[in-house]
Amino acid sequence: METVSALNVDLSKGFPGRIRVEARFQLPLEPPSVLILFGPSGSGKTTVLRCLAGLEWPDRGVIQFGRETWLDVRAGIHRPPQKRQVGYMFQDYALFPTQSVEGNIAFGLGDLSLAERKQRVAEVLPLVQLQGLGDARPEQLSGGQQQRVALARAIARRPRLLLLDEPLSALDAPTRDRLRGELRYLLTHLGIPSLVVTHDWGEALAIGDRMAVISEGKILQFGTPQEIFNRPRDAEVARIVGMETAIQGRIVDSSGGLVTVDVSGARLFALVAEGMAGDVFVCIRAEDVVLEKGGTGASSARNRLIGTVRTVTATGALVKVEVDCGFPLSAIVTRSAVEDLDLVPGMPIAASMKAGAVHLVPRGRAVADVADPSVFGARDGLQGRGI
Amino acid sequence: MNWVAVGLTLKLATLTAVILVMIGLPVAYWLSFSKWRWKFLVESVVALPLVLPPTVLGFYILVAMGPQSPVGRLYTSLVGHPLPFTFEGLLFASILYSLPFAVQPFASAFEQVDRRLIEAAWTLGVSRLGTFFKLVLPLSIAGVVTGFVLSFAHTLGEFGVVLMVGGNIEGETRTVSIDIYDHVQALDYGAAAQTAFLLLAISYAVLLLVYAVNRKVWRAYPQEPRGL
Repeated sequence: METVSALNVDLSKGFPGRIRVEARFQLPLEPPSVLILFGPSGSGKTTVLRCLAGLEWPDRGVIQFGRETWLDVRAGIHRPPQKRQVGYMFQDYALFPTQSVEGNIAFGLGDLSLAERKQRVAEVLPLVQLQGLGDARPEQLSGGQQQRVALARAIARRPRLLLLDEPLSALDAPTRDRLRGELRYLLTHLGIPSLVVTHDWGEALAIGDRMAVISEGKILQFGTPQEIFNRPRDAEVARIVGMETAIQGRIVDSSGGLVTVDVSGARLFALVAEGMAGDVFVCIRAEDVVLEKGGTGASSARNRLIGTVRTVTATGALVKVEVDCGFPLSAIVTRSAVEDLDLVPGMPIAASMKAGAVHLVPRGRAVADVADPSVFGARDGLQGRGI
Repeated sequence: MNWVAVGLTLKLATLTAVILVMIGLPVAYWLSFSKWRWKFLVESVVALPLVLPPTVLGFYILVAMGPQSPVGRLYTSLVGHPLPFTFEGLLFASILYSLPFAVQPFASAFEQVDRRLIEAAWTLGVSRLGTFFKLVLPLSIAGVVTGFVLSFAHTLGEFGVVLMVGGNIEGETRTVSIDIYDHVQALDYGAAAQTAFLLLAISYAVLLLVYAVNRKVWRAYPQEPRGL
């Protein structure tokens, strides 16, 4: 067996008049996982991705992919993008207007024979549900279809690393939600280590195994998405991710427009979202949580949980209260509310929130609306080094 | 009508345009893609024939090709006769004289190509040369046709440079414009009018082609930007 192989990145890249991007992280390549680069626009996420693809030359640093050195500025090593065998997907896809869908997908397969090329295209088209559209021109396709062509083109060469720059951001919200599930399914089944740039917390939770929060060119926190959402290192990270509670749950019932989610024994109600079943991430914004003492519980809020106050932390004019109600839940209330309720650690408290404030992000095996899994029979082939 | 002169002119213009495509494409590629901060120096040199009087340009070319210059001596020793007042000398001068008419349309077409498309091709493992032929050239085809046709048309009508470098040798360097000049000198306005009209017709046809290509009358491929 090979020793632990990993992608090691330590780079620094400055632009005149703009922030300096400095990134240092490690991503194990075995088993393949998905790393989310999360941050506001202009934070330098895309620059990191471009450096990995070889499209940008860092001023200093090293990029080590397993045993291969892709970049070592001091040693003068700079492997060109052609020699890195990565799949790069541009934010607005950058499809070749002179080529058909098939031509786009086969563009990088010039070193294969015609028969192999045709076979590879035939293999990839169903993975992204574009059967029958091979002859179409990119501009004849919808946004969602263009996104799939871009993804198909990126994976057709059997890359060793997938780099996706905001893969879903150019789509409208319903399409985005639908394709998010497909993307996760594809990424887990292709078995290619991937880096995905996004500023969408739903995307991060849905497809990420690890996550790096980037702001102003610096990585502020690195961990699993769940860790970062639930335990942001500081107020800055919390502000960037904008979602204080993200906890695993399971949909147990669905009726009357509401779904019931089991979260460590507690029952939560959320609004029905299309095609959702099984394991989900339950996400609750701290400002959507209402705290009350005792009371009758008669409220329009569908969710009412009894718990214990764990911590009370002042952050400026607001106070963050951590409540243990079978699972950790964050609430943000005003200072005067803390005084009125006499909030102190250890006291019992009721936390409530509307069903609409409980956001669900699917994350499990059961995904409606994906291609027939049997097509992934080609999976082992796709995993091979190929080319 | 002096058909020898017409044939010679068409041959000169075609050869000039073909060679300019071969020389102009790499020069234009370098001009559009290089990040060298002093590249404007080269850009200005390429554009010089646009502003220089043809006689000045012709004079320098003549001196450069002459027996006094190393280039001229080298050519004479290799080929056996000097370059000036031959078809090859005329061709050489025409290439220099029409250089901006090829390079500038090429370069501006290359500049229109979305850099991300090129980067996408590179990440797909396609070499720079492969990317040029598979992607950049098809996307810039209108500019390439324009450059070819403009340098062809420009060579058709050149006069000053021909006079300086080529002289007026029937079947070797006497082009249509020189022929017209001769007729006028000889007060043979009828013959001059015929030849002049032919040149006007060819030039107009050629420019029609350029504008039609650029207005995408014949679509080689759809090229509208996607509304994203």
